[in-house]
Amino acid sequence: MITKEHPMTPLLRMDRIPHIWCPTCGIGTAVSCFAAALKQNEIPLEKVAIVSGIGCTGRVAGYMKVDSFHTTHGRAIPFATGLKLARPEMKIVVFSGDGDLFAIGGNHFIHAARRNMDLTVICVNNFIYGMTGGQLAPTTPLSAKSTTSPYGNYEHPFNLPHLAASCGATYVARWTALHIRRLTNSMSEALNKKGFSFIEVIAPCSTVYARRNRLGSGLDLMKFYHDNCEIKNGANPEEADIGFQSKIIVGKFVDKEKPSFIDNMHVGLKRALGDKYIPYGGDDGAK
Amino acid sequence: MEQSRTEIKITGFGGQGVILAAYIIGKAAALFDKKEATLTQSFGPEARGGACSAQMVISNSKVLYPYVKRPQILVCLSQEAYNKFEPELISGGLLIIEKDLVKPKPAENGIQLLAIPATRIAEELGRRMVLNIVTVGFFTAVADVVGEEAVRGAIKDSVPKGTEDLNLKAFERGFQYGKNLREHGE
Amino acid sequence: MKADPKGVLTGEHYLDGDFACAEGALAAGCRFFAGYPITPSTEVAERFSERIPEVGGIFIQMEDEMASMNAILGASWGGVKTMTSTSGPGFSLMMENIGLGAMMEVPCVVVNVQRGGPSTGLPTMVGQADMMQARWGSHGDYEIIALSPNSPQECFYVAIEAFNLAEKYRVPVFIMMDECVGHMTEKVIIPPAEEIELYPRRLTNSPPAEYLPYMPEDDLVPSMIIAGQGYKIHTTGLTHDERGYPVMTAEAQEKLVHRLINKIRLNADHIIHIEEEDTEGAEVVVVSYGISSRVALAAIDEARAAGIRVGRLRLITVWPFPEKRIRELAPKVKAFVVPEINYGQMVLEVERCAAGQAKTILVSHGGGDVHNPQDILEAIKESIK
Repeated sequence: MITKEHPMTPLLRMDRIPHIWCPTCGIGTAVSCFAAALKQNEIPLEKVAIVSGIGCTGRVAGYMKVDSFHTTHGRAIPFATGLKLARPEMKIVVFSGDGDLFAIGGNHFIHAARRNMDLTVICVNNFIYGMTGGQLAPTTPLSAKSTTSPYGNYEHPFNLPHLAASCGATYVARWTALHIRRLTNSMSEALNKKGFSFIEVIAPCSTVYARRNRLGSGLDLMKFYHDNCEIKNGANPEEADIGFQSKIIVGKFVDKEKPSFIDNMHVGLKRALGDKYIPYGGDDGAK
Repeated sequence: MEQSRTEIKITGFGGQGVILAAYIIGKAAALFDKKEATLTQSFGPEARGGACSAQMVISNSKVLYPYVKRPQILVCLSQEAYNKFEPELISGGLLIIEKDLVKPKPAENGIQLLAIPATRIAEELGRRMVLNIVTVGFFTAVADVVGEEAVRGAIKDSVPKGTEDLNLKAFERGFQYGKNLREHGE
Repeated sequence: MKADPKGVLTGEHYLDGDFACAEGALAAGCRFFAGYPITPSTEVAERFSERIPEVGGIFIQMEDEMASMNAILGASWGGVKTMTSTSGPGFSLMMENIGLGAMMEVPCVVVNVQRGGPSTGLPTMVGQADMMQARWGSHGDYEIIALSPNSPQECFYVAIEAFNLAEKYRVPVFIMMDECVGHMTEKVIIPPAEEIELYPRRLTNSPPAEYLPYMPEDDLVPSMIIAGQGYKIHTTGLTHDERGYPVMTAEAQEKLVHRLINKIRLNADHIIHIEEEDTEGAEVVVVSYGISSRVALAAIDEARAAGIRVGRLRLITVWPFPEKRIRELAPKVKAFVVPEINYGQMVLEVERCAAGQAKTILVSHGGGDVHNPQDILEAIKESIK
């Protein structure tokens, strides 16, 4: 009988466990790395919020014991943008999947990155629409099969770090569900980064992606990462394309300083309006 | 029921400041003369060029129907606007045109035609863009719907900071031109 | 509570309806605006972008209307009063997350300055054809509140009313303007801040350990929290229980959705704001809203001069529809005449409530212009024959 409390209990909604994720799914790993990063940094949990969209990763918001918002499909980033601007002292983290963030929500992602909005976006890339049973995603590798690409995918997929970097993200990293320590460190760095930070967590869906493409069990996926990932910190993200069962370049690709949206807003308005500028929350408007 | 309703249309091409001219007249009537003044505008997708018009109803009671279909007073600052809107003017109405920009056909139906070289006057003042305020001055002198002090007040309240003197000067030139025309004819 | 003087531009102004609406929102304490430019509502956003940095608020132009709607929901959870504005196609794009606002019970205000549709339609010209979309536009069953002003002055007051209702009932509230009113400039008197009464956010008194985010109070509306204060709430667009946790059962659906509906329906008497004149003893009552209600007045005046007993009922609240009042009037009048700039929307509600006890006559207009008062007059005359 287990009597000792799990060290992550204060960070999780234990009354909602068991979670919905399949055995060997990488989302749980990403959540546990994120919880470890929060703990490592001793960030007060009341000052953290998670915003998710729809899909398997979209359910992360429901399990973390912080203010958590499970929004509509693709819209986590604009919701988080509003929340961040209203509560600038909070750390707002968008935790969602590749289909949510880059298909239906792609426009929001590129604009939040362009603005250098003060958000951390964590994308669990499972190469597929998992919750709805394995349809083609904008990240499905060429030739991979899905229920809506039964003859193999013939669309070019997104290279997410390249997309994030070219839109202006100030922090971009990619790891797999195998790289627990490195992923946790990247999450720590991202949480402490001003502006728009982005982390991709490669975790192909073990149920509907791996099985349909005959890639073996969850353990086989781990072995694949172990044998085929190349750690290249500082690599040009343009070279980080992912092909079907090809080598995966992982690492921290971008870590730079640039004024964030909130910084620029204050500077720009102060310059234009001088003493007439009343920053939000700066007067008695503090909410 | 609406009482003493005056319907006015001010027209020209985009960029002439037609809307601001109408806004100043409306503001003068509503805030300074304490009448009811409803301004509506119709515009196409073009920000510059193209015929544009502002419609103004001035009344002593609440304006119910907001648009102007048959104006009693029509101001045309361009030929295109004149061609388009002149047929709407009621018999016996007042037609104000930009003298150098509009070639009118002979006036009929008892229409009173008055012309002002507003652009030329504005150029003499050094800023062509105040032609709309010159026109407002002329309108104030000849149309008898807004008080001259009301319009001066509305101009001070409405033009960009730092341009009040120039605009008031433009108003006076237009106003004097109108007064002279009324008293002495052309 | 009274309005914060910082946002109240007390005095006499000559403003268009869009500007007046923005001023009403600022007076109501709105300090966050997210929007996307679209004619004829753009001036609402422009006014905010200019004014809000001087009153301690935030303006952000989003990448589209879906983003705008979500941004105001997120910001509202951050404890600030929020608004967006749009027209036509943008209103369609907002529908998805208007549903999220209804489901999460987020106070916020959405302005729709209606233009001619469908699709791109008549971007710079008037329409009133989004009235049913306001009621039914997002999928699923829900209730919202919608108001319709008929002058720039009323745009100012309706904006304040919209915020008060949004806060009181924790629901997205629509201001259903039309291009004519939005682009119409008239005198607008803004009163001193101390004359403006505001309904504050319904924040919980419970400590975090005892707080249930969706436990309703007596009026069926739950109290709210502000993110970042330790309540660690969860909220979702999924059907949920009092804890805010998803529950995928018919019982949970019945409990939640029925409450979302009833918090508006059962409070309708407190919400509905209509203007009536001479309805008692009338043979015909003209039911109208927005710019059509002004144009109708010109017709009503003439009909009265011709000896017809005409009453008028103006919908300031269009949703929830004042069905009780129409049901009361129906047996006493010969007819209702409903002018609107569409081919029959609110008239369907009038007809439903009249339930065959009085004739219901639509005076339709396709948009791009307002009615000719003569057409309304003819309908009034026809209705009593």
